[in-house]
Amino acid sequence: MTRASRRRRTVTSTGVVLAGSMWLWCAQAEELPPPVEDSATRSYLLIDQLEHTTSRYSGGNKEDDALRFNTAGWIGGDYRRIWLYTEGTKPYGEKLEDTDIQLLYGRLVAPFWDVQAGVRYFKPLSDGPGRTYAVLGVQGQAPYRFGVQAATFLSERGDVSARAELEYELLLTERWILQPRLATNVAVQEVQEQGIGRGVNDIEFGLRLRYEIRREVAPYLGVSWQKRYGGTAELARDRGDDVQGRSLVAGVRLWF
Amino acid sequence: MPTLRQELQGDGMNARRRLLKAGAAVGAGTVLHALAPAYGWVASASAEPLLESGGPGANLVIARTKLTIDGRSASPTVVNGVLPGPVLRFREGETVTIRVTNELEETSSIHWHGLLVPPEMDGVPGVSFPGIAAGETFTYRYRLRQSGTYWYHSHSGNQEQAGLYGPFIIDPVTPDPFAYDSECVVLLSDWTFEDPARVLAKMKKFAPYYNRERRTLADVFRDASRTGWRATMADRSLWARMRMDPTDIADVTGATYTYLLNGQAATQNWTTLFKPDQRIRMRFINAGAMTHFDVRIPGLAMTLVQADGQNVEPVTVEEFRIAPAETYDMIVQPQTEEAYTIFAEAMDRSGYASGTLALRPGLRAPLPERRLRPLRTMADMGMSGAAMGGMGKPASDAKPTMEAMPGMAMPADAAPDSSATMQVMPHGPDRHGPGNSTVAETPVSRVNDPGTGLGDAGRRVLLYSDLRRLSAEGREGTPEREIELHLTGNMERQIWGFDGKKYSEAKEPIPFIYGERLRVTFVNDTMMDHPMHLHGMWMVLENGAGAKRPLKHTINVKAGERLSFDVEPDEPGKWAFHCHLLFHMELGMLRVVSVAEPPGKART
Repeated sequence: MTRASRRRRTVTSTGVVLAGSMWLWCAQAEELPPPVEDSATRSYLLIDQLEHTTSRYSGGNKEDDALRFNTAGWIGGDYRRIWLYTEGTKPYGEKLEDTDIQLLYGRLVAPFWDVQAGVRYFKPLSDGPGRTYAVLGVQGQAPYRFGVQAATFLSERGDVSARAELEYELLLTERWILQPRLATNVAVQEVQEQGIGRGVNDIEFGLRLRYEIRREVAPYLGVSWQKRYGGTAELARDRGDDVQGRSLVAGVRLWF
Repeated sequence: MPTLRQELQGDGMNARRRLLKAGAAVGAGTVLHALAPAYGWVASASAEPLLESGGPGANLVIARTKLTIDGRSASPTVVNGVLPGPVLRFREGETVTIRVTNELEETSSIHWHGLLVPPEMDGVPGVSFPGIAAGETFTYRYRLRQSGTYWYHSHSGNQEQAGLYGPFIIDPVTPDPFAYDSECVVLLSDWTFEDPARVLAKMKKFAPYYNRERRTLADVFRDASRTGWRATMADRSLWARMRMDPTDIADVTGATYTYLLNGQAATQNWTTLFKPDQRIRMRFINAGAMTHFDVRIPGLAMTLVQADGQNVEPVTVEEFRIAPAETYDMIVQPQTEEAYTIFAEAMDRSGYASGTLALRPGLRAPLPERRLRPLRTMADMGMSGAAMGGMGKPASDAKPTMEAMPGMAMPADAAPDSSATMQVMPHGPDRHGPGNSTVAETPVSRVNDPGTGLGDAGRRVLLYSDLRRLSAEGREGTPEREIELHLTGNMERQIWGFDGKKYSEAKEPIPFIYGERLRVTFVNDTMMDHPMHLHGMWMVLENGAGAKRPLKHTINVKAGERLSFDVEPDEPGKWAFHCHLLFHMELGMLRVVSVAEPPGKART
């Protein structure tokens, strides 16, 4: 039988059977529960960083030690999820700074990528204003298994900025895992009251070594380097802050 | 035997009477318990499921029961208080009546795996019946149209993982075409002390949760010292670029599983006795939810006589891989040793079940040396057709073998149907959307390939191309129609399906036409093996054996493989068609097949 004639035959017989099976389906399907529940709503909360950090921008001055946190979570199905990200630094005895909360709706658009859109509240300086932003971003895994999160933000005042994070998990052993992480912020406009200059604002590189007591519970030690650039650095100097620093961190990574 | 006897609720008979009934029953050819030695099953309360009405049948009660597994207290969901469930044994041609009472607080069901039964007796909630509601009794009644080794299990939620399975044996009307002096059932399974729903939830959050054999920096140095830095880094780079993990062999592993042989962990050492020179028929059943087992009995050759309950031309092997839901009947003839170890190692080498064949109780043979976990290869990524330049097994723990590259060279008699087994069919442009992470670019049939981690130890391993039906009657002819189904998955997110879609995204049945000769071709786009089970009809495995192609109820489609089966739908109704890795099915790798009524016999 030639391929073409086989195909013709397939098409006609499929049509007949489809009609027949549709009848069967409609007659029986209503009252039966599905044979499998493959689309349950599930959730995940990762506390990626919950750490004590030595001063981040003034070379280890004890007074500026802080508690830092960085979480990511979702609730939903396989393709559509609501995402919640939170981040912040709480110097001991002072107010919260670098507060960043994002609530996003995401869709899996490719096997390794979610596109996300939603709102963000960002308050970089403890004594500066907080602003609300619209967010459009992606999160996922790039070739070579780099974890990627990138987003652009449009503030309530029309200021445009962006943030990108790149991380990797290097398995030293099954339980000792080294996690390098690079994050940067850029801005199109200066927002003086928030300490944001034009161009690249800052770059942060962290290296955390964790030990997975179990998958969900991993204490870690690490180091973090951070540096401010351009207008952002100038604004920091004007406030009397340092423009670069390094800190030691100790914390625990948890997920549920 | 009676020490672990469980009192069954709702059954008025006392234990003594049950025992008497049990004795009578064996004679009547219903439930044979003498099959297993006294210390066989974990608990042997299974001898009483008899019908008051007489006639062949059984009363089964599904309940959560406190049992001891591997020395720890557990609450499996079981039939008649035992794990595995009682051996059900009947004779071909009998009409059996099996009453199943569900004492759980949720819907349950029992599916008779591999049996040709009317759809409403098949026991798949949501496909052919509503299930057995909590507290209710359902009466299964069907005629046995076949013989051989089969099994039964729940088709509801995670109950199969929780312990709801048992052997089902049908003695033939005409004697088997092979001789044996004694027999035993070897039912393999994977038990977790975790709640199966928790296991699934963990995988959904972090897919490699149970993989404790991922490649590490330490492995990089080890491999570099063996194969050089260049080759090692090229290999790491290849896998990393694809965002795939070559150690991804089993989704659930010995990290949570205790592997069981007839309900007993390796430490408990299930034992059956033999007399020297006796031929023992061993009925291997893989009732594991998520585990492929590699089985061998060091020092003993095993002669395969039945596969999936069907007679095959005898093949003598030293090791065989049994996929979830498959059954293989092997004949062994111990001669020299006093004891032999039955060793069933999980495919990913993360654990094993074992037992003993012994002359006297208490004897043990040494356990064979454990093997390194194998690695997936480019062939497992569906690049067999393009992998002939030696990319087939990069830096793998396994040496390249001829079998691993079916496209290259094969013994002429191994694959006479070259069009079916050797053709390279490049994957089409459809990559099946976000529910599928990789495609098999140049998949080929791997019926000559022993599979991941097998075939490189110098042992004779069973191949799918070894399976040849004993009788060559019927089941021939050119297919009139062909359909191609891609087995797909998003490993990161644990989405499993056909053609990139979960069941819930493709509820419409796949139409089969009554009486047609249909060829179904699987393309396994994933790097996992998928044991595919079609309910209600035999699949004729296209393994190159022509008129002797074997009948299977479960076909293991290897990672990255293109594999066909023929089917002549002869049982109208709706049937489940799914991957028998329980969680893959639960996560969407299931379709309903609809066989239309034959012309002129429309249902009224």
